[in-house]
Amino acid sequence: MSITEILFWFLSVLAVGGAMLLVASKNPVHSILYLIITFFAVSGHYILLNAQFLAIVNIIVYAGAIMVLFLFVVMLMNLNADSEPPQKNRLLLYSGTIAGCCLLLVLVAALKQSSTTSQLVEMGGGDAGLIKNLGMALFSDYVFPFEISSVLFLSAMIGAVVISKKEA
Amino acid sequence: MPVYYYIFLSATLFTIGVIGVLVRRSAIIVFMCIELMLNAANLLLVAFSKMHSQAIGATHPTAATDAQIFVFFSMVVAAAEVSVGLAIIVLMYRNVHSVDVNFLNRLKN
Amino acid sequence: MNNILHIAWLIPFLPLVGFLVNGLGRNQLSKSISGIIGSGTILASFLLSVYVFLSVKDGNTHVAHYFDFINTGALKIGFDFQVDQLSSLFLLIITGVGFLIHVYSTSYMHDETPNNFAKYFAYLNLFVFSMLLLVLGGNYVIMFIGWEGVGLCSYLLIGFWFKNDNYNSAAKKAFVMNRIGDLGFLLAVFWLITKLGTTDYHTVFQNVSQLTSFDITCITLLLFVGATGKSAQIPLYTWLPDAMAGPTPVSALIHAATMVTAGIYMIARSNILFTMAPTTQTVIAIIGLATAILAATIALKQNDIKKVLAYSTVSQLGYMFLGLGVGAYTGAVFHVMTHAFFKALLFLGAGSVIHALHGEQDMRKMGGLKKYMSITHITFLLGCIAIAGIPPFSGFFSKDEILAAAFSSNPVLWVIGVLGAVMTAFYMFRLYTMTFLGNFRGTDEQQHHLHESPGAITFPLIILAVLAVIGGLIGIPEVFMHGGHRLEAFLEPIFRESKKIQGTHHLSHSTEYFLMAASVVGASIAIIFAWKNYKDYRYSTEENTGIARVLENKWYVDEIYSSVIVQPVRALGGFFTNVVERGIIDGIVNGVGRAVNYGSRQIRLLQSGQVGTYVLLMVFGILILFVIQLFL
Repeated sequence: MSITEILFWFLSVLAVGGAMLLVASKNPVHSILYLIITFFAVSGHYILLNAQFLAIVNIIVYAGAIMVLFLFVVMLMNLNADSEPPQKNRLLLYSGTIAGCCLLLVLVAALKQSSTTSQLVEMGGGDAGLIKNLGMALFSDYVFPFEISSVLFLSAMIGAVVISKKEA
Repeated sequence: MPVYYYIFLSATLFTIGVIGVLVRRSAIIVFMCIELMLNAANLLLVAFSKMHSQAIGATHPTAATDAQIFVFFSMVVAAAEVSVGLAIIVLMYRNVHSVDVNFLNRLKN
Repeated sequence: MNNILHIAWLIPFLPLVGFLVNGLGRNQLSKSISGIIGSGTILASFLLSVYVFLSVKDGNTHVAHYFDFINTGALKIGFDFQVDQLSSLFLLIITGVGFLIHVYSTSYMHDETPNNFAKYFAYLNLFVFSMLLLVLGGNYVIMFIGWEGVGLCSYLLIGFWFKNDNYNSAAKKAFVMNRIGDLGFLLAVFWLITKLGTTDYHTVFQNVSQLTSFDITCITLLLFVGATGKSAQIPLYTWLPDAMAGPTPVSALIHAATMVTAGIYMIARSNILFTMAPTTQTVIAIIGLATAILAATIALKQNDIKKVLAYSTVSQLGYMFLGLGVGAYTGAVFHVMTHAFFKALLFLGAGSVIHALHGEQDMRKMGGLKKYMSITHITFLLGCIAIAGIPPFSGFFSKDEILAAAFSSNPVLWVIGVLGAVMTAFYMFRLYTMTFLGNFRGTDEQQHHLHESPGAITFPLIILAVLAVIGGLIGIPEVFMHGGHRLEAFLEPIFRESKKIQGTHHLSHSTEYFLMAASVVGASIAIIFAWKNYKDYRYSTEENTGIARVLENKWYVDEIYSSVIVQPVRALGGFFTNVVERGIIDGIVNGVGRAVNYGSRQIRLLQSGQVGTYVLLMVFGILILFVIQLFL
């Protein structure tokens, strides 16, 4: 087993484990921390795939900014393990789990048949995900969507401010 | 490494996100699960981009770059969505002093 | 030649204009103006008809195509007018007698409000218009338009005094009875279209040999069903006596000039079809004769002056159908003409009497009017003699021609026919003597107001009386005068083809003389008998018994219809309302509603408002979609 494969399995277990703990943990603060672990694992995957730019952005935006925002909100509301009453409807609990598992089953079964699944993924090599190439693409071919996304952020910001104003 | 591994990983993460949305009642956790699902999808996109750069990179040199730009924009949108979504959750908490989504059953009538 | 066709459309158009002006301006027009418009348009039509008549005398037939009425690929029906001998003769009758009735109406309806007066003339004009359209139509579809039009107008006019419920039911009865017949007509037209693809008279008559005898028999029988409705034959005759509910001039118009002659016209027009269907002819002859006798017997015991005349019309129409049935088409048309004269005369005379007595129609309360109303009396007497068939009055010639044709077909028909003629003479003179002879039996107040009717009423009476007396002279039988039957010569082009098929069988002169003598003697005896019996009629409340009572109640035909047709239909209707409608249809409709209601009440529970449930269902949906998309 090569070092890449070892890393892949390690990161996968980390991501899946983090995700499971995120769902399972009672305390929202713990959930956030587990989610951050998952995000780091995903970023690790990006690095394995030589998508360096996305790996960095993922860490900065997701694991950094967004999760900190979550953390802030949770702490602002002073949420803890007791703030969420346990799911009373057991039926919903089981059916949700079973439905999710069915979804996974169906997805895997469906995609397994596909001819593309056996194709290999370029690990480590390739310069598509380098910051230089992405930057060139972003500021040449995709400059217009890029600028538009700034408008999106502006409107999201204004929306967030308007929504959370005390008296609208 | 066959792309199948990535597909399986992404599907697993996505499914965990779905289960989380289904079984948890705290709006914050539900929201985080949604983020998780988004990430699973992003991961798969990147994996596919690398797969394609391996397969058809010679004829389509920009294919992999384009795919990753797409992931970048999906992150942008996710970030915007989070800011608004969290604002809504704060508002909800301010009104009902809870983040339990089951409180939000006004649609019933 | 073409200028005839250029003016032919004016003949029905003018009454239509009159209808529109009177109908739309009924709130503005004064009585005299609407009367002048109503009568004037008919007079103009009459003058045009005379012109048309004179131009077709030499045996021309003109077909005018004005525009396409229906044009759908294979089927093409034009708005055509056909001007020939038959239609021009009917034009004269309709517009001529119609005009006199219009003039008469200006006086008769004078008590109405201006609004109603104008409405009345609008209806009359529409009636004449429809009838003219019927007669002028160059194919069966245009004829059918007029056919329906007269049905509608009869409904409107019979129910003219619509505030009276009985009158309304009479109007409805007329309409419904006519509709039954119309259905037959319509089916016949459809049959013709299916088989020949056209309804133009000349095309149909030329291609008649392409039809199988079964087709011809069915088509003619269906046409005859239509004729029984419009021309009041068994079994659809009951509307005509009830149609007396309308104003008397309307009855005159229906009975003499329009409406009831439509059936005769239609059969005479399609004479070739009928000649080629001997079975239908037999049916027509038998039904015609049966109607003639049945109506005559009923008329014997009626006390309402208009009812007697109504049944007499039914009876005379029966003779016309007898004539058609035995192939005497000329005789039937001849009788239509003479009948138009004397029946219009009798109705208008009766109207004059009713007018003088302020609406009294019961003959038992009349009597002795001879002294007060001399013009009405004389003209009425002339009309009675004419209908009774005394030579040389008009009724004699036409009726004799039909009876002679019946004799050559089957002597039994003749015997029964003469019996009916004798009865006709009897009830007409019973009517005459009860009304005009003896002493007045009404109230003193009525007697005080008795007066001769004004000029607008007596003028048409005099004209019609003259026509009733001399009208028969255009059809003098061959026995009396060679070439005397001018009408036959005139109509010869119309019936030429039928004549060829029928062949000619002449009765010997002595037989013809005998036949005439027999009917004249029979009628004379009946007249004398009636005169003797009813000259000094006294009003008595004695109930009739036995056969007289049956006759007085019109053979209980209305009651039989009621119990055989109306009641079962009502019962069926009740069944449909109560069981099918309320039980099944309402059950289904309400059941669907209830099921949806119940179901939604259950399904509503799914709508818990819990976001989790929604998401769960969404996931299930995605699952199903995936499965369908990927595995199926």
